[in-house]
Formats: sequence, structure tokens, C-alpha cells
Amino acid sequence: MEDIGNLFHGFSVVLQPYNIVLMVVGIVLGVIVGVLPGLGGANGVAILLPLTFSMSPTSAIIMLSCIYWGALFGGAITSILFNIPGEPWSVATTFDGYPMAQQGKAGEALTAAFTSSFVGALFAVIMITLVAPLVASFALRFGPAEIFSVYFLAFCSFVGLSKEPPFKTVASMMLGFALGAVGLDQMTGQLRLTFGFETLLTGFDFLIAVIGLFGIGEILLTMEEGLSFRGKAAKIDLKVVINTWKELPRYWMLYLRSCLIGCWMGISPAGATPASFMSYGIAKRISKHGKNFGKGEIEGVIAPETAAHAAGTAALLPMISLGVPGSPTAAVLLGGLLIWGLQPGPLLFTEQKDFVWGLIASMYMGNIVGLIVVLTCVPLFAAILRIPFSVIAPIILVLCAIGAYTVHNNTFDVVMMLVFGVVGYFMKKTNYPLAPMVLAIVLGDKAEESFRQSLLASQGSLGVFFSNALVSTIMTLGLIALFWPMIQAGLSRLRGGVKGPRTAA
Amino acid sequence: MSATSKVLTFGVAACVGGAFALSIAPAKAWEPTHPIEIIVPAGTGGGADQMARTMQGIITKHNLSKQSVVVINKSGGAGGEGFLDVKNSKGNAHKLIITLSNLFTTPLATGIPFSWKDMTPVAMMALDEFVLWTNAEKPYKNVKDYVAAVKAAPDNTFKMGGTGSKQEDQIITVALEKATGKKMTYIPYKGGGEVAVQLVGNHVDSTVNNPIEAVAHWRAGKLNALCVFDSKKLDYQEKIAGDKAWGDIPTCKSEGLDVEYLMLRGFFMAPGVKPDEVAYYVDMFKKVRETPEWKDLMKNGAFNTTFMVGDEYAKWVASAEKLHEGLMKEAGFLAKTN
Repeated sequence: MEDIGNLFHGFSVVLQPYNIVLMVVGIVLGVIVGVLPGLGGANGVAILLPLTFSMSPTSAIIMLSCIYWGALFGGAITSILFNIPGEPWSVATTFDGYPMAQQGKAGEALTAAFTSSFVGALFAVIMITLVAPLVASFALRFGPAEIFSVYFLAFCSFVGLSKEPPFKTVASMMLGFALGAVGLDQMTGQLRLTFGFETLLTGFDFLIAVIGLFGIGEILLTMEEGLSFRGKAAKIDLKVVINTWKELPRYWMLYLRSCLIGCWMGISPAGATPASFMSYGIAKRISKHGKNFGKGEIEGVIAPETAAHAAGTAALLPMISLGVPGSPTAAVLLGGLLIWGLQPGPLLFTEQKDFVWGLIASMYMGNIVGLIVVLTCVPLFAAILRIPFSVIAPIILVLCAIGAYTVHNNTFDVVMMLVFGVVGYFMKKTNYPLAPMVLAIVLGDKAEESFRQSLLASQGSLGVFFSNALVSTIMTLGLIALFWPMIQAGLSRLRGGVKGPRTAA
Repeated sequence: MSATSKVLTFGVAACVGGAFALSIAPAKAWEPTHPIEIIVPAGTGGGADQMARTMQGIITKHNLSKQSVVVINKSGGAGGEGFLDVKNSKGNAHKLIITLSNLFTTPLATGIPFSWKDMTPVAMMALDEFVLWTNAEKPYKNVKDYVAAVKAAPDNTFKMGGTGSKQEDQIITVALEKATGKKMTYIPYKGGGEVAVQLVGNHVDSTVNNPIEAVAHWRAGKLNALCVFDSKKLDYQEKIAGDKAWGDIPTCKSEGLDVEYLMLRGFFMAPGVKPDEVAYYVDMFKKVRETPEWKDLMKNGAFNTTFMVGDEYAKWVASAEKLHEGLMKEAGFLAKTN
């Protein structure tokens, strides 16, 4: 196999001492970037891109992709410790990660999250190594209708998941759609719902909403409840890692499913965020412990983290082979490629072997180095929870404000973040779930865009969503997911056993 | 200070900033005192973004400025966010904005209040070309067959993919409709790279991608380049797609499609900046143009390398604005509030 030979050549490039140092530096920078909410992988890579201009393209991409891995790892830390997702795809991690931290199991949650990230990424890299060309042609089959069906499936697998009353879930989701619609309408080039305010041109950025709703809202709640973290101080030693590892192999089926979901979403390219939500939703449906989801179930951390990382890694493949970035960070990396005079596209694999296989080898090594770096820091991260709330709260507030500002370099966003914080506080007090709103803001306008693109192409016929095997299958899966509670109830009634009240959809 | 040569060239500029000249020695050109921001009124990874980031790399690598350069994307409201930011930074000599056609189309289509006259023109770096692309599997391999296929299809069934709505790609599409007398369906996507892939995947029938957005697929034999929307053939003779060079693509006009369109890749600064501040950047851009990295970028993207500064540039922009106003009015793209 020529490719395997190339891969080993790639390893030999990556394992030069200089490149290993770059890797560690990249991972550390990436973790910092990922921890700061709002800064995000894309911004982080963009800021650090100039550092790499003087390096060789291979060294540069090693460092930048390690920043990317670091950011993917780092996003989970604040989600679990403070209920503040550092990255969009970490939102689903908060659902169970934060309750675990509150129960004094922050170490377990962090270990599970990091390990899952690693497994997801490794699975995706192996897939890239073995089937890259196949996968690239699969990605080509995704037109607007297919992409919409993927979003549809993401929404459907998430509806009816929350403990809150279904009408509150719907209300929250609809509010999210409305907020997501503000700004420029991509399809007609018209401004919507800006009421003549120039500051609303950009719409409501998902990150601002998340930082406010989760971060600020959480701090307000904690303040009300007596200025102390509800979390018990976590045990601080590395045994936690070993003990958690002993448990993880039990969930191999969950891992496999989450990896597959993640790879698929990364390639299609819907991205890591829908992957994490979809994986969480499906895990909750299927798991025996489905009822415990949201209360600190370790499976609720594994599912979204594995899928997010598989997706984040797989997203690099369409970037290399088609020149289409599967994520915002991949878009910045793409810009980097062009600056180094490399042309992403179908020929990159044949024309720039050193580079491509160096990149793939760095995916393997970067993830291993990343896992070691973050795991050794688990006790350190968990220890943060021992700092008194009165000290840490102002720091979090400042970090949130910086994060909100960096998204668009706009002071108005900081104000918006505070407004969202108050909204989040009241929604929590009145038991309106936040997650559906967040999901609607982040995926609403993309789903709308591909929906309208499909209808434009089909002259308004809805038949386009069932026009070929691929799109019909995904749509049908979505419908099944949507009506699953009813189907389940129907099935159990057929069997004659009425097993208690069914959950509403 | 390595500024003596600049002072010779731009002595006039220094005199205009007279009040300045009193406090500082007379022979001292302006230099930036803190990091320079380049605003990109478009998303990451697009043509303008690539150019800005390449320049950032060139300026850093060749030490063309004592201050670092920061690239910031402000893409909200079809770029309106970025333009308003510059418009509202009166007198700020550390802020540049790179333009694409949304300099003209965004205010016309959305009514967002700005115009190029609210800013200070610095320099035209290049003009971006547009090429008519089709999927290589399709039976039409030249403009004549293409036009025949468009005409043969029922109204609105021929699909044209493009970037954004009521922007350059759709303007060209409307012009093509006029030239062929047939209505197509225009499907807007977020970025040029995505549009090219949709064409490779056969989800649209043709596109008018910039060369740099589609070149990888052209070279892989997935796309055909039918014609270029310029008055003359492209300047690049190197064989890059099999036996074809950029220079081999015929002009659309010569093939009977009388449509021409070029897109500005140029720089503006905030209003109210001093002439010697503008002169500093003009000088820096001239040095950027001499670097091998810049020449590579021009070659990869088959750019038209016209360079303009000062009045000549302002005049070009003014006439381009008129052109867009006419085209957009004809297409019915003007905002209702205008």
C-alpha cells in the first residue's frame, strides 16, 4: 500500500523534535482559546495564523491543526465546570457535564469528555486515512435538499427530549428561530427584523446568546442562591482518570454510534454542532439510562463529545479534498493553505503528498499529545471549583465579556450578552428550557437557507425532499425520530403491556 | 527613519499637513504608531479574505511595516457591518478596508446607509475576473451549445448557482438572461467555494465563479471553463488544466454573449485621514506588489493586475458605482427605501 508508506513518511516528518514542540505549543494555545468562551477555534487560528507565515507549510499546518485540536478539547472544560460552553459544540456537553460537576464528579466528567474527544477524533482520522477518496465523492452528493434533511434530522432527534412541558420547549425553540432570523436574509439580500437599527445588521450571534444565556444566567442564579458553588470540591488526584477509564469500555456501542454520527455530519458538511446535539438526542432515546440524562449521566457527556470531535476532524476532509470548509475553523485553515501556495482540491493528494500525509499524521499525533496534556491537567481544572465563588465569579464575568467582544470586536455585543443573561435567568426560573432556543439560533438560519435553496431549485415542489434514496432515507429517519415517543407507546400497547405514562413529544 | 525617499515623492502631502510640520521636523513622513487593522467585509475563506490574509503574511514576512497587521472579518449585513465601522472611524489612520462589489451592491440592495464617498480611496490592487463554468459531464462544452441548452430548457429550470443575493453573481446572471432571452433560476449560496462544489456535484447547471474559487476542480477535470466576462483574454499562458491555460479561455463577447464584468479588489480608509497617511499605505502596497508571494497570488487567481491610486482610482470607483446602479435598477434589485 503506497498510502501507508506515505503515512509513515508523514509520521517521520511530524516526529521531528521541532514539530513536536510546535505540537505541544499548539495544543496549549488551543486549550486556552477553547476555554475562553467566544474566542473559539476559528478566531484563535485566525489570530495565530500570522505566527506561522515564516514556517514551512507542513510545520505551520501541524501547529495550526494542533490549535484546532486544543480548542476542541478545551471547549469541554468550561461547559463542565461552569455550565458555560466554550464552543458551540460544547452546549450539549453542559446538559450532563455540569450536573456531574455539581455532584462532585468533575474529574470523572472531564476525563470522560477528553477521552471521548480523543476516541471520536481517532475514529475520524482512521476513516480519513482509509477511505478519503470515497468519502470525498460522498460529500459531493449533498445538495441543498440533502443538507436540509440533515438539519431536519438534527431537530427531530432533539425535540421532546427535555424534562420541561412540550409547549415550553416549542415556545423556546420558536423564540430561537425568531432571533436567528434577525439580520440579512441570505436568500433575498434584504434585512429582516432590524427595525432600522444598524447594530442589528449582524443578527444575534449564537455565541453571544450562549455566553449570556448559560454563563451570565448561571452566575445570576448562583448569586441568588447564596454566593456559593453548589458543586462539592472534587477529589484532586490522577486516580480519577484511571477509575473513569475502567468504566468507559462498557459504552463501546455508544462510542461507535457517536463516531459514525460525527463522521457523517463532518463530511456532509453540517458540522460539529448538529453532530453533538443529534448524538446526545439519539443516545437519550436508546440508552437504558435515558431517564437520567440531564441529571449527571456519564453517557450524556460521552455522546456529544465523541460526535463533536469525530465531526470536527472529519470536517477537515472536505476542506482538503474539495476546498470546502466543514467548519469555520477549517475555513481559516483553508485561507492558510492558500497563503502557503497550496491549492486545496482533488489534486492536493497527488501534488502535495508530503503536506497531506504530514497533516494526517499530525492528526494522529496531535490528538495523542493533546490527550496527554489535558488529562494531566484534569486535577488542576477540577481544583478551580475549590476557589470561592466570590473570587471566581468576577473572573468568569470578565472572561465572558472578553469572549463576547472578540466574536465581532463589537462593544454592543457585550451589552447583548448581559441582556441574554437576564433572559436566561428568567427562563431558568420559569422552567423554560434553554437548549431548544440555542439549537434554533445556531441551526435555524442554516436550515432555512437550505430549505429555500431546495425549493428554488425544485420550483416550489416539496417532492424534492423525497426525490432520491439518500434524501428520502434521512427525511424518513427524521420523521421516525420526531414521532418516536408515539411509535414507542403504540408498540407497547400492541404488545399489551401499558408501561406507565409515556413522555410527551 | 527610512523615510527620506517617501518624503521626496510625497513632499506635497507633507506640506498639506502643515500644522503637523511645525511640531515635527519638516522632512518626516507619517508612520503607523499602533497595529494596522484590515477589515474584510466578508466571511473567512472568501476571495477578499484570502487577499487580505496574504497581504498580512507578505507585510509581516518582508517587514514592510514596523507595526503588525491584524485582519478582522466584519461580514454582517452583506458587509454593511464592515463598511459602517470604517465610515464611523473618522480620522483613524490605522484602519483599512478591502472591498469587493458589495461596496456598491449592499447599500443599493439593502438601504444600509454608506457609500464609497464616505471613505477615503487608497488603491486598486487588482480586478477579479469572472468565468462561466459548467460541469464537465454535461454535453455543452462551449458557449454556443450552452446558450442552445439554456434556450431549450423550459423557463426557470436552468439553475445558476452563485454567491449571495443581489450581488455580483446574480447581476451577471441577470445580464446572461438578457443576452439569452431566457429566465434562469438563481440559487444563492454563502461562499464561492461552496458554489463550485455544488456545480461539481451537479446540483446546479452553471456558475460564474472567480478563477481562484474553481481552479482546483478545473484542474481535476471536473469543470469546463466556457468563457471569461472580460473585454480581452486573460494574461496567463501557463498550461494548468491539462493542455489549457487561463489565456486559452475565450471572452464571452467573442462567443456571442455580450456580458462583461470585473470586480474591484481595492482598499479604502476611514474618512478624514490625512494625505500623508494615505501616501504611506500607497507606498506599502507598491512594495507588496513587488513580492513573489503577491505575484503567485495573482497568477493562481488569474487576476487582472491593474493598479490605480489617487484621482484615477476615485474616478474608476465613481464610474463603477454608476454601472452598478444601472445594472441593479434594471434587474429590480434596488431597496424599496431608495
